[in-house]
Amino acid sequence: MSVTGPRLQPTLFERSRPGRGGGKIPHPPKDALDRIPAGARRTTPPALPEMNEPDVVRHYVNLSQLNHAVDTGFYPLGSCTMKYNPKLNEWAARLPGFAELHPMAPDEVSQGSLQLLWELEAALAEISGMGAVTLQPAAGAQGELTGILMIRAYHRSRGDLDRDQVLVPDSSHGTNPATASMAGFRTITVPSAADGGVDIDAFTAALGPRTAAVMITNPSTLGLFEARVGELLEAVHAAGALAYMDGANLNAILGRFRPGQAGFDVMHFNVHKTFSTPHGGGGPGAGPVGVGETLLPFLPTPRVLRGDDGTFRLERPHERPTSIGRLRSFVGNTGVLVRAYAYIRAHGGTGLREVSEDAVLAANYLKSRLAGTYDLPYDRPCKHEFVASSAGLKSRTGVRTLDVAKRLIDFGFHPPTIYFPLIVDEGMLIEPTETESVETLDAFAAALIAIAAEAEQDPGLLTSAPHTAPVKRLDEATAARHPDLRWRPMAGAEMPCPD
Amino acid sequence: MPYGPHTTADRERMLGALGLTHIDQLFDDIPAALRASALDLPPPEPELELSARLRGLAARNRTDLVSFLGAGVYRHWSPPAVDQLLLRGEWYTAYTPYQPEVSQGTLQSIYEYQSLIGELVDLDVVSASHYDGAAATAEAALMACRATRRERVLVSRSVHPHYRATLRTYFEGRLTLEEIPLLENGDDAGTTDIGALETMLGDADHPVAGVVVANPDFLGLLEPMARIGELAHAAGALFVAVIEPVSLAVLTPPGAYGADIAAGEGQPLGIAPQYGGPYLGVLATTDALVRQIPGRLVGMTTDLDGQRAFVMTLRAREQDIRRDKAASNICTNQALLALAASIYLAAIGPHGLRDVAATGAARAAELEAGLAAIGVERLHRGAYLNEFAVRLPDARTVHRRLIERGFLAGLVLADAEPDDPALADALLLCTTELTSSGDIARFVAALDEVLTGRPSVGVETGAGDPAHPVGAAR
Amino acid sequence: MSAPSDLRYTRDHEWVRVDGDTATVGITQYAADQLGDIVFVELPDAGRDLEEAKPFGVVESVKAVSDLFAPISGAVTAINDALGSQPELVNSDPFGAGWMLTMTVADPTQLDDLLDGTAYDDLVAAG
Repeated sequence: MSVTGPRLQPTLFERSRPGRGGGKIPHPPKDALDRIPAGARRTTPPALPEMNEPDVVRHYVNLSQLNHAVDTGFYPLGSCTMKYNPKLNEWAARLPGFAELHPMAPDEVSQGSLQLLWELEAALAEISGMGAVTLQPAAGAQGELTGILMIRAYHRSRGDLDRDQVLVPDSSHGTNPATASMAGFRTITVPSAADGGVDIDAFTAALGPRTAAVMITNPSTLGLFEARVGELLEAVHAAGALAYMDGANLNAILGRFRPGQAGFDVMHFNVHKTFSTPHGGGGPGAGPVGVGETLLPFLPTPRVLRGDDGTFRLERPHERPTSIGRLRSFVGNTGVLVRAYAYIRAHGGTGLREVSEDAVLAANYLKSRLAGTYDLPYDRPCKHEFVASSAGLKSRTGVRTLDVAKRLIDFGFHPPTIYFPLIVDEGMLIEPTETESVETLDAFAAALIAIAAEAEQDPGLLTSAPHTAPVKRLDEATAARHPDLRWRPMAGAEMPCPD
Repeated sequence: MPYGPHTTADRERMLGALGLTHIDQLFDDIPAALRASALDLPPPEPELELSARLRGLAARNRTDLVSFLGAGVYRHWSPPAVDQLLLRGEWYTAYTPYQPEVSQGTLQSIYEYQSLIGELVDLDVVSASHYDGAAATAEAALMACRATRRERVLVSRSVHPHYRATLRTYFEGRLTLEEIPLLENGDDAGTTDIGALETMLGDADHPVAGVVVANPDFLGLLEPMARIGELAHAAGALFVAVIEPVSLAVLTPPGAYGADIAAGEGQPLGIAPQYGGPYLGVLATTDALVRQIPGRLVGMTTDLDGQRAFVMTLRAREQDIRRDKAASNICTNQALLALAASIYLAAIGPHGLRDVAATGAARAAELEAGLAAIGVERLHRGAYLNEFAVRLPDARTVHRRLIERGFLAGLVLADAEPDDPALADALLLCTTELTSSGDIARFVAALDEVLTGRPSVGVETGAGDPAHPVGAAR
Repeated sequence: MSAPSDLRYTRDHEWVRVDGDTATVGITQYAADQLGDIVFVELPDAGRDLEEAKPFGVVESVKAVSDLFAPISGAVTAINDALGSQPELVNSDPFGAGWMLTMTVADPTQLDDLLDGTAYDDLVAAG
């Protein structure tokens, strides 16, 4: 490792020195806590680190430099849409009018945020072809739960109580079956067809009076548009079930396919994928949900309403008894939604369509560059992402997709999503997004091609990769067998008493 | 397209490489009958104009009011270092650290988060992270059901109404949720009715999985947590404590009074109110329940060279591996907010956090005294930290008239708890270290004026400069 | 590598050693290799009745998880406590120290449905 490169850091706790820090908060009166009963008061102060601000800043700046990020390089993580996160949106979310507004402030003092949310709901409804949108769910998975709970409420409202199954294809995101279980449904997994698409015949055979819903990702997790989606929707509705669309891959079809218009009953959006809100090392996101007419009465509460006089208000508790209720506190991840709103406004209808065009063009171009070097199990035009496989490479050289992925790190790229979807042997799910230049795409293709050549000549170079990252491959088995999940700092009692 | 790199020549080159002449050819797989027409959205807006639009919307929110509103979301001073560090692209434009070799920054920061919150709650295992306090509380209740293989959870009515509503949504039709009433009279009015809890726990035909109680509770009161924990455990139930993290600098932590699970809202740790989120769902438990906790966990390990390093671990609990048998469907979480909370705690330190909590408490006592002097009394008698309810006839009108005078007079409790007659004429008021003594004096004077219809003597009313000298109290 | 000939096998890659009225159950070397580094084994409490072909536990590796299915019906008489702190025993000695539980044999005829070592080897070879 070079002297100037990123270096591993001690923990906050190792940097702590008793007596450091301070100067942030005036000291309260000595008797401030005397009125709190002794039995309710903490006897041993929490052993938090004591640091001065310069050390805190160096700690976090140095730690940050151990990360790969969209702002530092290409991040072709399939199914995650790691596009550029505009800086204007960060600025907007930090405007005091947005950042400082309390979520239980009365409607009359919250008109700006309510208007923004109302306009965003309308824009998402237009984009999806849905009748109405709730912005409350905090992430895509919570959006899924919202949708499935609304579907359950719909069937119950009709006295249709025997529907206890949710059908998902075997290529689905893991959140789909996990969501179905959380809502009390049994998951039926349907195998994919040989061309990677939904097996319409298998789905139709599995549909029946116990089917509550079908969950489909379109384009699929293989990056392929489900060409027979119309037939599938007809079969689902004929069976009395409803159709859920996982909107994780919406970035491929903006202005080209509107799920509500096509007949889906409900879908979620991942604004941190499609609408550029930052991924934040794992979150936050927001998972708005759009519904057609059938599910409208069941939307979570509170909805944002506009009065005849043009003012906005939140629904009051119990105002709409058919609602499934709340999924979380307050109105939603408004700070995230401000960023999504800014992104949609910046692009407009034409710009969003161009987003999908360029995302799909980039994916197909990159795929064509890898043809002949890697296996392309579904070799037809893809949407915004595609699956390549190292199965052939593995059979020739013993090198696995994991090794190819780790070697990419040495070339300065974040690896693609690997071993997902589960149905592809040695798969790599590659999503370039619309914000990467053709030079970047070419450089990434060249790296993957060079790595394939290395695999033939010197496979050890791959199996021991990465070589230039701050750490080598990790001992994950020991981490899981003997979990060390928190630092045990100095005992609290040894700390000096707060003054 | 504003942020795209492609020139016309770039697009032609890429299409040419594919042997295509028009972009539409890449969308031929969408059946013609299902193709969308142009989106009916406003035209693209250049950044200059968009920034003005956003500024205008933000300005329509009244954030100039002097606020006494808490009710689950608390304004605190966050050192500017917190947000400036958070704005580094290496943090906020990274994703879930699936590739640990190029994610040690995020991974170590999460491990440190788990350790910092572990110290605050005095529990072994902290998951990183959940959507907000309500979702974390719901996950805690579901966890109690899994761990005990029971299906009935008791939640005190003193838990935040939004959290209780969220629990109902998560439990509806599958598990049983019952509310423990609050005492209506006496010194402990407003806190959980222990006698009622004992009766509910005594129903041997319907064994209880978990008992959920908040401290401080929604009304600001301190609950007898140790006693409630004993009762829960005697019935074989788990004890879930709903916590507020800043208060844990000075209040007994869940681990010390026997809680099995702590859940709560991490927003007070340096995160702006933002009209509802993104916030930080805190969820923690004991080693014994480590395999039941949902959400990401990062562990310390070594790399092949023996260097200390960090990695996501116990992942087989999660949806991407266990699918329909996962502990939860959570995937995207609140990692950036967990980072914000960690930087806040590191920047402010243990003494600073204690000062934050104690200053809020001192200001609250000042507010109580000021209100008492104009005849406005607390609704309850029990101990509180920095938030309490006052009895006030026609609270909604008074609240509105105080907005006209520049004050956000807390929460009209009837708006949040419309079904509870005991809260019909009441405001819930909160102070933090951001509440100055001058704010309190001016607020009390303005309230007096609204209630009596006479100008208050000796005190300038209206929202003032927070730096206004102390000493104007009556 | 071939499966020990003194054991019986299920198609779900579990092995059974019968000793009088008691059966000892574990997973095969093939299963352990397929799962990779095993990090956790969830087993039922002693005394629980197991039903043939129904799940009774879970085995977790770093990146995979698999249900364990009862090879026969019977009551659990003991579980291998060592796996609590040393789940790696399943990888290092699957047919020995990595055993999972012992159980009664409720219906000896169920044993006839199990594979012998040769048949199991053929099953594995067939993929």
